Amino acid sequence: MQTVHLTSRNDFAEWRGVARRLLLEAVPPDEVIWVDPGAPQDLFGAEQSVGQVTGRKVGTVPQRFIDWAEAGICHSDPERFGLLYRLLWRLQKDKELMEVRSDPDVGKLDRRVSAVRRDAHKMKAFVRFKEIVDDSGRERFVAWFEPEHFVLERTAPFFARRFAGMLWGIVTPYRSAFWDGERLEFGDGGHKEDVPADDALDPVWKSYFAAIFNPARLKLAMMKSEMPVKYWRNLPEAELIPELIRGAKAAEEAMIERMASIPPSRHLKQMERAEPGLPVTEVFTSLAEVKAGVDACRRCPLYEMATQAVMGQGSASAELMFVGEQPGDQEDLSGKPFVGPAGKVFDAAMAEAGLDRERAYVTNAVKHFKFVPKGKKRLHQRPNAGEVKACSFWLGLEREMVKPTLIVAMGATAVSSLAGSTTTLGSVRGRVTVLADGTRMYATVHPSYLLRIPDREEAARERARFVEDLRGIKGAMGW
Amino acid sequence: MQLSLSRKLAILSDAAKYDASCASSGTVKRDSSRTGGIGSTEGSGICHSYAPDGRCISLLKVLLTNFCVYDCIYCVNRSSSNVQRARFSVEEVVKLTLDFYKRNYIEGLFLSSGIIRSPDYTMEEMVRVARTLRETHEFGGYIHLKVIPNAAPELLAEAGLWADRLSTNIELPTDVSLEALAPEKNPSAIRTAMAHIEGKREESRPDGKVAGKRKPTKLAPAGQSTQMIIGADRADDAVILRRSASLYSGYGLKRVYYSAFSPIPDSSSRLPLAPPPLLREHRLYQADWLMRFYGFGVEEIVSGGTDGLLDLKVDPKLAWALGNRGTFPMDVNRAPREMLLRVPGLGVRVVDRILAARRHHRLTLADVAAMAGSIGKVRPFIEAADWTPGGLTDDAGLRAKVVSKQLELF
Repeated sequence: MQTVHLTSRNDFAEWRGVARRLLLEAVPPDEVIWVDPGAPQDLFGAEQSVGQVTGRKVGTVPQRFIDWAEAGICHSDPERFGLLYRLLWRLQKDKELMEVRSDPDVGKLDRRVSAVRRDAHKMKAFVRFKEIVDDSGRERFVAWFEPEHFVLERTAPFFARRFAGMLWGIVTPYRSAFWDGERLEFGDGGHKEDVPADDALDPVWKSYFAAIFNPARLKLAMMKSEMPVKYWRNLPEAELIPELIRGAKAAEEAMIERMASIPPSRHLKQMERAEPGLPVTEVFTSLAEVKAGVDACRRCPLYEMATQAVMGQGSASAELMFVGEQPGDQEDLSGKPFVGPAGKVFDAAMAEAGLDRERAYVTNAVKHFKFVPKGKKRLHQRPNAGEVKACSFWLGLEREMVKPTLIVAMGATAVSSLAGSTTTLGSVRGRVTVLADGTRMYATVHPSYLLRIPDREEAARERARFVEDLRGIKGAMGW
Repeated sequence: MQLSLSRKLAILSDAAKYDASCASSGTVKRDSSRTGGIGSTEGSGICHSYAPDGRCISLLKVLLTNFCVYDCIYCVNRSSSNVQRARFSVEEVVKLTLDFYKRNYIEGLFLSSGIIRSPDYTMEEMVRVARTLRETHEFGGYIHLKVIPNAAPELLAEAGLWADRLSTNIELPTDVSLEALAPEKNPSAIRTAMAHIEGKREESRPDGKVAGKRKPTKLAPAGQSTQMIIGADRADDAVILRRSASLYSGYGLKRVYYSAFSPIPDSSSRLPLAPPPLLREHRLYQADWLMRFYGFGVEEIVSGGTDGLLDLKVDPKLAWALGNRGTFPMDVNRAPREMLLRVPGLGVRVVDRILAARRHHRLTLADVAAMAGSIGKVRPFIEAADWTPGGLTDDAGLRAKVVSKQLELF
């Protein structure tokens, strides 16, 4: 039987040195007694302990074991050193052991590690610095904290990174840490009395704590699980909790009882001053009025999920009008028609055919984007006949305002909106037809169709045909 | 009359508490070791305290002012309300943030505001607070700014330059409700602000990818979030979740917060008298999680409830499983990840542990119990090396059994 006396409660390097020696000498775990360094030393405390092996590796372990051992050794469980050695011993035969969370030793260490990490996390949260005013005039801060495990050394570097420009110290019962603006140093443990009990700002913080609490939603179990009662004694705000809980019901009832009262005079003056927005017109006399109407449109349900209505773009005196299907994802986000992938195809084909988009009015048969959400993407959906019909009201107004001499219908949706649902794209494509009101229409495919053709050769053919149609349009305009 | 700082803070934080968000996570890592200032963000957020309402207190959540020219009926700060009004100066908020931060009370600032003068003026003041903290004081802590819809696009872009997170509240699930309860707000303008910010964030993203992950943007690295008020209108859970799904898909939102409508002092007679059960809000969060991390679609989730409302008695995943028992039991030693994620009681972490452990040996029910923590809810839906649920999966009384168990949770 071997007895180990470690000098530190949570020094992984020291434990590793001893464990390496034991492993070299093939001492099985049940023949080692690890004396708790935190316990009072008995009369035989000076007894010769097992030596360390440093700077020499005696075997291999998975990275997870190292990570867990570094954390687990900070646990307050007096058995932690033995548990780590037992795992180390077993790992020599079973390299995969750390993956088996259902193993009792692995499970036990897993829980120790979680507890340490949680305690360190709570320390980051619940340390409360008190300002010390001294003669130097420089502000200094100090905190008293009682961690459940030996986590000060693990956590102090976090405070050094966070409060680099501040002079601070944290005192715990077993050790203390100090930051002088450049170096982190550790010293002996201390007492609660070593640190001022109050800070000038504590009352302001408490007033915040009381005000941010909503008495209409009391959830004490949640509060206690996240802010365990053991930490309360060093939190200035915690002394308010019993009173806030007692008063919650009354505060909620008071909130409900204070029903609507007469508005303050400031409000009434504001109401008088308020300028009425653009009136909802029944008769439209300009594209700007049509846009206001489209923005407020409720003729079909598509407005609900779309970002915004996408009105046509271009001059009110344009002689040529392009009508597509509906805005896509990017058009919906930017509020402009034909700016997404299909818009790029459109622009390139227009340039190739020698047509200037600036001379045309470009719009869609439907003004809102229709889609189904799929995770972080929105999948385009073709508008149905009802939506096309509802929106033809606006397309009609755009036609009325712009009065183009030729309208280009791009794709089946535009064709059916302009020429009626019985007209197919195939039957009218590539030539001028005359609509019921006498306007000339030229039909072609929608540029997004070109993006959906999987076969490259066919895509190139179809694109050439689209450009050909655009040239035909140029001819029909006499440009 | 001059109000004391404490009194002002009480008024302006009381007015801010109806905003549920307090997250301080998900931003870029930074600390003050180079700047010599104060402040750091290291990935996961820290909750510095908890109020008796169970909500985390991570940020100093205040309004710059609770004066407001808008008259949104559900809001405690609406212009027709008689609550006491106050206003902080930019310098006061800056000092308070630094003083609180130095005492380790908070992770940073969440600044919102009533609308005074104009959306631009208000947004400019808020941006000034963030800019002063960052530029004058080298403040490296977390900053969340509320976006005022209709403010100039340049102001929104500048806000993103200083803030870790921006949020624009959608407020209500449907446009019709918003227009009825918040006459000055324009639902399309709110979504347009989100779209605009997302567009700017995309532009600011550095080129190239890091090990499969997208590089964080320079603008608002912790992304955008929004909040929806539950129970102030008649919208059911299906309508709410469809709205969330469309927001997540359209604007790259990090979070949608659900806030059960809470009675407010001096409230309008047009609002419901009683708040909805907090459990409804809780179920919506669970459903939201299922959408984002468990591969569930809105319609699947909603199918577990009745008439568009989620089942309050059981969580939405269990509700779905009870309605789709033909899919179960799932063999924990063979089922793919996406199917294991559908097993009630198995979370993402547990599923990943199961996948790692089963590479080494066949898992028994005890193994799963050790990893899952509790096994009662899981057992009827899985098969393990030494376990098959037999008739338990299709037991007509299964729902009753798990319901009595679930209620103990609350």
